[in-house]
Amino acid sequence: MSQSALLEEADHASSSQSKAMKIKNAPRANAESMAAKQRDISVSEFFAKNRHLLGFDNPRKALLTTVKEAVDNSLDACEEAGILPDITVIIEDLQPDRPASAKSARYRVSVVDNGPGIVRKQVENIFGRLLYGSKFHRLKMSRGQQGIGISAAGMYGLITTGKPMVIHTKPNAKQPAHHIELAMNTKTNRAEVTEDRETKDFPPERFGQLTSGTRELSERGEILSPDVYPTGTSVSIELDGRYQKGRGSVDEFLELTAIANPHARFTFVPPSKVSEDEKEDAPLLKQKAASKFKVAGDDGKIVETTAAVEPPPKPVEPLVTTETGGVVVFPRAVEDLPPETKEIQPHPKGIELGILLQMLKEAEIEKGGYTLYNFLQDRFSRVSAATASTLCEKIGKTSRTRVADMDHDSTEKLFRELQDAKLPPPPTDCLAPIGVQQLLKGMFKGVRAEFYAASSREPAIYRGRPFLIESAIAFGGELPGDEPCRVIRFANRVPLLFQQSACSSFKAVVETNWRNYDLQQPRGAVPIGAIVIMIHMASVWVPFTSESKEAIADYDEIRKEMKLALMECGRKLGTYLNKRLKMRRESERRDVFERYIGEIAKACNAINGADAKKLYEAMLAQAKKRTAIADLQLDEEGKKVKEEDPADQDGVIIVEQAMTQTTTNSDTPPTGKSSRAEKAMLEVAARGRQAEEDAQPKLLESPGRGAKGKPAKDDGKSAKKAEKSAVSKPPTKSGTGSKPAAQGETKPDPKPDPKAKPKMRLVNGKLVPADQPGLF
Amino acid sequence: MAKSKPSVSQKTKERDKRTLEKIVALADDLSKKTFAGKEPTFHIPTRSKSNTIWNKKRGILEMGDGKADRPLFDLKTAKQFMQTVLHGSTIKDLIEAGKTSSLRGVFYKAKHTVAGTKENTFDTQEESDPILEDLEVTLGALREELHVFAENRGVIAGNITVVDGGDTIDCRAAGRGGHGIPSIVEPDVFEFGKCEAKFVLHVEKGTVWNRFNEDRFWEKNNCILTHGAGQPPRGCRRLLQRLNQELKLPIICVLDCDPWGHYIYSVIKQGSISLAFESSRLAIPDAKFLGLRAKDYEECNLGDAVKIDLTENDIKRAKEIAAYPWFENHKGWQKEIQKLLSNGFKMEVEAMINKGISFVTEEYVPARLKAKDWLD
Repeated sequence: MSQSALLEEADHASSSQSKAMKIKNAPRANAESMAAKQRDISVSEFFAKNRHLLGFDNPRKALLTTVKEAVDNSLDACEEAGILPDITVIIEDLQPDRPASAKSARYRVSVVDNGPGIVRKQVENIFGRLLYGSKFHRLKMSRGQQGIGISAAGMYGLITTGKPMVIHTKPNAKQPAHHIELAMNTKTNRAEVTEDRETKDFPPERFGQLTSGTRELSERGEILSPDVYPTGTSVSIELDGRYQKGRGSVDEFLELTAIANPHARFTFVPPSKVSEDEKEDAPLLKQKAASKFKVAGDDGKIVETTAAVEPPPKPVEPLVTTETGGVVVFPRAVEDLPPETKEIQPHPKGIELGILLQMLKEAEIEKGGYTLYNFLQDRFSRVSAATASTLCEKIGKTSRTRVADMDHDSTEKLFRELQDAKLPPPPTDCLAPIGVQQLLKGMFKGVRAEFYAASSREPAIYRGRPFLIESAIAFGGELPGDEPCRVIRFANRVPLLFQQSACSSFKAVVETNWRNYDLQQPRGAVPIGAIVIMIHMASVWVPFTSESKEAIADYDEIRKEMKLALMECGRKLGTYLNKRLKMRRESERRDVFERYIGEIAKACNAINGADAKKLYEAMLAQAKKRTAIADLQLDEEGKKVKEEDPADQDGVIIVEQAMTQTTTNSDTPPTGKSSRAEKAMLEVAARGRQAEEDAQPKLLESPGRGAKGKPAKDDGKSAKKAEKSAVSKPPTKSGTGSKPAAQGETKPDPKPDPKAKPKMRLVNGKLVPADQPGLF
Repeated sequence: MAKSKPSVSQKTKERDKRTLEKIVALADDLSKKTFAGKEPTFHIPTRSKSNTIWNKKRGILEMGDGKADRPLFDLKTAKQFMQTVLHGSTIKDLIEAGKTSSLRGVFYKAKHTVAGTKENTFDTQEESDPILEDLEVTLGALREELHVFAENRGVIAGNITVVDGGDTIDCRAAGRGGHGIPSIVEPDVFEFGKCEAKFVLHVEKGTVWNRFNEDRFWEKNNCILTHGAGQPPRGCRRLLQRLNQELKLPIICVLDCDPWGHYIYSVIKQGSISLAFESSRLAIPDAKFLGLRAKDYEECNLGDAVKIDLTENDIKRAKEIAAYPWFENHKGWQKEIQKLLSNGFKMEVEAMINKGISFVTEEYVPARLKAKDWLD
């Protein structure tokens, strides 16, 4: 609870004016001289001096935090207004001529959203005051909590560049937008407006003309189109920052945000110049940093993308992240907003005595003559009329007792009774999980792997506050196989980029025994292998360890839920790995037979003159029959291929890994290989998903597409391409045998892939005659 | 039979016909099963310790009835199945052409890339040889009946005349190198002529043999002198057995005093596990072990230079050999091996040079022969 304690303190400092700081070290002073120096400190002043608390420790982080706060606010605003978010982030380099070695430089960060806009009179409060906002006083799941973020960013900009924040906001589609420039007065915690006029320029046209990329996109109406932004807000802050790639970068933040918010579309215009020494930084989710990809954009036009500049295109998904002249577009993958969350009253088990006292006091002020009986029912969740009267009795009061009559002792009694009372857990409709399907989709979009699993736990309670843990993992594919896994963390859909090891979620990953699921894991560390682990905590109040919201505090209840979620994913992975192994063996087996029977038929013909062709066909028929039987047995063992346990199936995507690549390139890493058997599994998995939910039919139905997945619109093209690649493969007769279980109506079109049998690399060692005779 | 001299080619023809029939029968079984929708399987007599029986009465190792299935549709045996068929076809070609081939030649003849892959039918000769042995036991045909031979190994010299492939060889005048023992020494190609020798002295390797031959040991002691270049190959063992059975010559072995020497003796005497199916043609139950003996270090007053420390592996092997059923109840052998172990060192025959260049040929062996001091 460090943060709320701190905030309360800060709050007192600004509101009551009674709490002055003592200057302890002033020697030889009398009370009078000391009193002369004692004065009020405004919150803004406090944070101006302690900006690291808010995530402005260094120029690079300051840039990120500014983007993050603005984007968080935009997403919250859009969702609350029921608008599918379309957010454009622009970072302009204002000193492009500086030497490359400069430690920091001046940037202008602009974030434009298509949200509801802000009414004119609230602009100063929202952007110009610390601790002003709609989110602090309620228990509701949202990204922002305290109302510090964006104003702190503005303050940081003001401190480092002296430039005011520029805000364009258009709350009404039919009326002009407001152009406001404001600077914050740190002494008074109030904004000073330096310019205030009406403008028709929203979304600001200037942004469309910044670079060749934005020009190209605005010609196509794909960036800041007025149609998409009928209302909205644009914030521009000039600040001293540092733009760099890698971990903890703006790029990573946006990428992860896109994963956790598949319903939002993001456009990112990065600055023209990247600060030096970026090479050291690990590339983001995409590990093939250096390689260039050719990707067909939405219009079928080939654009060149570089992994280092943007997340490379995701091959198997219908919507591809594209880059045009440096501008990165993270497309919207889901057309549904997350469900609206309800605001709740605090649960009695989660409060402290001081807060109870405060609540009683406030209630009295708000509503004279308030009865305790009513107070308990109104101001807490899960306190029924019966419970309220029992509570009153237990502390020797009646239901008529007024709140004002509660003294300290009886309040303390009440507090204890509340802790002992049998109460239902808090309501959970205040939580909006991302959801298993969306999680899978987000991971699928952001990580190139071959297997995805997700799980979403039931809501649980910590300190009387409901929360919910979700987790997802991506395994294999192009992820590097010999490094510690990557843990990506989210709280209320906001990525957490720093202080990983202090975070409860990280500890949960370490404490989970991944060895059970066939992964390597050094003692006391995260597992090693081609795996990305995602953890999301949704709660009405996420217990961060600091105001900069970088790590989740380590509550036992939270960690336990996280571990359970991880284990659920782990089990799915373990089952998959196990089955993959078996399947691979099976397909090898089939291939072995197919290869040898030709030789056998020939040799047999040479000996006894039997018809070699007929012999071959007879043996082939047998081989197929026998392996089909083996497949069936395998299914029973594997416990998942057939539709046994639907619960087990959901939350899994198995990607038929870029088949065309694997077949043409035999040197792909082992995890990238896949077989027909895996494809069959994919189909089954797809069927399983179909059965339970159709939320994202496009993605789920078409993972079987070729390596270069295309937007659903140019289906025809992609099918053709895929067919071509299929034809180029050696036509073996083996394709059909592998699909015993996949006759469902959702079976992906088998045409593009059936011949994708990786040419066998049978390990000779395995088949060497068993025991060499000779001596003993 | 060797003396009746029937037409060799006639005999060979009949034998080849029989072998061919067996191979064709194997292939017929394969195609018949395949067309009937059954899984083609070979049943191969097992050449392993578990399927080897110690025939106490005959004093030889014999192969049991155990057979291993080699089905086509089993990942473990699929390739071997293919290799077996390939070798069947190779041998058929050899027989029809009336030629013989070395083991290595057969390997190369059957080796090629499996159609449509980069995989070889056989990668090494080590893969190929056992498959041939499998065919031998499966068809119940000997290697020479399959027209396959091994490298010539081992040498013979001494008071005997032989007819090898039609050429008369006087082993008394075989020069310093002696006459190489061919891999196939069946009566139809290798006949015995005049023989004065009273016994056969078999030594372990060429270097020792050279010592004996240079010293004209066989002349002085009226015997035949052979070596088998270490573990004697089939040709050498078959020759020794024929000398023993047909000419009634005792076989006396001079081998190193170490577990390997003991093992060689055991193979000559009882047969080996991998060739248990041929024991009745190869084993010589009354072969004798003359030396070196563990006691010789003291008895012959050898110097410390002859000692080679036993390795852990040696000790392990010695204990294994002591537990062989034919040694297990043999007091002499138990004592011998115990002595070897308590000595803690082994000795090579060559080490006898320590006592004098010709000590072994002029003193040691003659003395022991005279005293009939040997193990059997």
